[in-house]
Amino acid sequence: MDLVLQLLFTGIGIGAVYALVALGFVLIFRATNVVNFAQGEFSMVAAYLMVVCVELGLPYWLSFVIALSGMALLGVIFNLGVYYPLRHRTYLPVIIATIGASILLSNSVLAIYGPQPQVLQGWFDTPGIQLGPVYLDSQYLLIIGVTILLVLFNFWFFEKTLLGKKLQATSQDKEMASLLGISVSTMIMITFIYSAVLGGLAGILVAPVLFVSIQMGSTIALKAFAATIIGGFGDVAGAIVGGLALGVIETFGAAYISVPYKDGFAFLVLIAFLVFRPQGIFGERVAEKA
Amino acid sequence: MSASDNMIPAPAVRSKPLIIRHLPYFIGAAVLVALAASMQFDGYILNILLQATTFSIAVFGLSVVLGLCGQINLAQAAFFGFGAYAVGLGTADLHLNFWLCLVGACAITLVAGAFLGMSTLRLGGHYLAMVTISFQQIVTLVMINAVGVTHGPDGVANIRRPELFQSSQSYLAFCVAMLAIVGYLVWHLPDTKLGRAMRAVRDNELAAGVNGIDVFRTKVSAFAVCAVLGGLAGGLFAGGFAYVSPDQFSFAESIQFLTMSLLGGVASPIGSVIGTGLLILIPEWLRFLKSVPGLYLAIYGLSVILIIRFMPDGIWGFVSDAFTRWRAHTKAPPVAGALQLKPATTGGDIVLEVTGLSKHFGGLKAVDGVDIAVKRGSVHALIGPNGSGKTTTLNVLSGLYKATSGKIVLDGTDITSMAPHQRTAAGLGRTFQNIRLFRSMTALENVEIGAERPGNTMIGKGDDALTERAMEALTFVGLGNRANELISSFSYGHQRLIEIARALASNPTLLLLDEPAAGLNSTEKLELHELLKRIAAQGLTIFIIDHDMTLVSEAAQHITVLNFGRRIADGESMAVLRHPDVVSAYLGSE
Repeated sequence: MDLVLQLLFTGIGIGAVYALVALGFVLIFRATNVVNFAQGEFSMVAAYLMVVCVELGLPYWLSFVIALSGMALLGVIFNLGVYYPLRHRTYLPVIIATIGASILLSNSVLAIYGPQPQVLQGWFDTPGIQLGPVYLDSQYLLIIGVTILLVLFNFWFFEKTLLGKKLQATSQDKEMASLLGISVSTMIMITFIYSAVLGGLAGILVAPVLFVSIQMGSTIALKAFAATIIGGFGDVAGAIVGGLALGVIETFGAAYISVPYKDGFAFLVLIAFLVFRPQGIFGERVAEKA
Repeated sequence: MSASDNMIPAPAVRSKPLIIRHLPYFIGAAVLVALAASMQFDGYILNILLQATTFSIAVFGLSVVLGLCGQINLAQAAFFGFGAYAVGLGTADLHLNFWLCLVGACAITLVAGAFLGMSTLRLGGHYLAMVTISFQQIVTLVMINAVGVTHGPDGVANIRRPELFQSSQSYLAFCVAMLAIVGYLVWHLPDTKLGRAMRAVRDNELAAGVNGIDVFRTKVSAFAVCAVLGGLAGGLFAGGFAYVSPDQFSFAESIQFLTMSLLGGVASPIGSVIGTGLLILIPEWLRFLKSVPGLYLAIYGLSVILIIRFMPDGIWGFVSDAFTRWRAHTKAPPVAGALQLKPATTGGDIVLEVTGLSKHFGGLKAVDGVDIAVKRGSVHALIGPNGSGKTTTLNVLSGLYKATSGKIVLDGTDITSMAPHQRTAAGLGRTFQNIRLFRSMTALENVEIGAERPGNTMIGKGDDALTERAMEALTFVGLGNRANELISSFSYGHQRLIEIARALASNPTLLLLDEPAAGLNSTEKLELHELLKRIAAQGLTIFIIDHDMTLVSEAAQHITVLNFGRRIADGESMAVLRHPDVVSAYLGSE
């Protein structure tokens, strides 16, 4: 029982990271109708930025601010260089371009920094607290806390602010939004910046738990995408629930079934959902109008 | 539309058999094979040629799935690896015959490709991209971790070749021959029934479905063909290099295949060979790049973005575009005779019988308990104000929506629960309000897809009969002389006529026309009216939805009126149009 509780805690912690990246996926998908296959690389790049800054001797908080600012900048460059020129084409060229961007980002970091995985220390000096039978790692607590805060922020931002409503309007009907005087390209730019920062935040949070490596981006992205399908594609709540569920499933799978195939469980769950419930937990089937 | 009258019927010319027409290709291929077998290459060149040859076959697969069918596959290296391991483990560990292993490689990849495709291809393209990436990762995981079977990271050594091709030189010649054969098949594929179906699916899935194409099966076929070509290529690769290891079949290699395909031109096997050749040779010239890990792939990533942005059709696409424009001015094939419509008459007097048809979207009753009976040989119109449920009814009839309740019987066959392509096979033809043609194809190719409807009794066997039928249909609507032009060069009104020709070529039992007059100017409307008369004169039953009261009242003998999803009037045209409920629905009551 103790082990189950411990695994549950770890699973939710790692699931929260998937949920954050999945949220970034969903936001870009809703705004542009495109799945950004470089979303995971945002996490990886942010983690490396963090490592570089900390190694330069900067304080942790300052490194954090620099890394996230860097991500905002990357969001701008990504939008202008990858999405914007292709915005009038069908989805296929755009996803191929984002795949190209993902390869470019991960291998540029590899070329600059080399293949050695890096270690990033956690935010807190205390490693964690013992609560009854369960050991609560401080970094996992931080991840869960930040995720809860972000989900609340997200809700407030999209439902209660004018900017959030403009973003929603843009994602639902670009033509109508532009007729109402909303600058669609600005809204899409904001979405890319926000998603890049979200992905970066997830990367920085998870870095002390995993190693900082070139592969971390694609690993997280695959799980996050599986999470969005499990939750219901394009659904914000679905992304969060799917991410948490996947983290828990994977942690239990690694503990009770097989460690080397840990990364394979997400795929199996994904296939099961695609076959039996492709609309996910929260999604609805939609048909194209003739 | 009068063009059909002054068209002089020419006798049909039988074209020469394909084998004869393509003889130059086979002679060229034979020369290449002879060269590969006789020229003395040193080991380094030989390896590069062997790699280029086998990789090209794998990239052919991508030109089928991505170029022809518009579906993505980011796991081609995994299928390549399946083939390589099948031949590797089969010949080295199990001491099986090479040929047996090669066949096994194809069989395994066929099953794996079909399974992966079936699990995902009903869904949108994003799913396929992610699922293939996941599949690729899993395959790599298994190759590395299942040490007992795959030898793990050590890889498989001592892979054997067939007795016949023991020397590297002769094995290369064998691979070049395989490349030529597979290349020929892939090159010819777009002009086969399956190939046309793939292109139709790529251009417009909905229209493909209502023209009798099983969209899902077509996509799965394309995906499976791609996987098999990957497996075959992998098997040949393993025999060529005698040693394989997991890192040769990683995600990075899948991306390399994709880049090769995009660079050369995704739509053609010629592009595949160009792209593969370039991406194998260029890195050999720029070897210094390999000294920095990652730099090499970073450049690949950047090239993908740049190619997609600036050269979406690749190198070969650029060249062949010019050729297509030139071909548009070539003469259309001759027309043998006038279009014959012989609608099937298995059922009774009523061609289409709809009883109690309902379609609810959540709480909204878009169509609510509607009955319609369409008499054989008549023109029957369905009218009603905006939002009355007309188009929903048509979409339920053609199977794009599933009926909530009710029954649809077409010529004695219950089609209520059939998929769109099955209804088309049962004798339904339709056009769309917002025209849905296959944009990358010529007018003739569009109509050929219609003519290919399963169960079309009006065409004989072979491609010539198909072309003949399509030409007759195009001539019938007056566009026979522009058959080889691309859809984009036709005016809106003419595109509508091509859509009608596409439906007519299939010799349907019932023709559904969704607002055919929408967006037409007054001359075009008159021409449309004439065309409808000529169609009706051949005994084809027409079910038409339109707003244009003049067209409806002149063309239709029978009218059904919908309002708020319910039938409010039904009967002979003039009587229905004077019906007080109909008048008030359109003009408001006093």
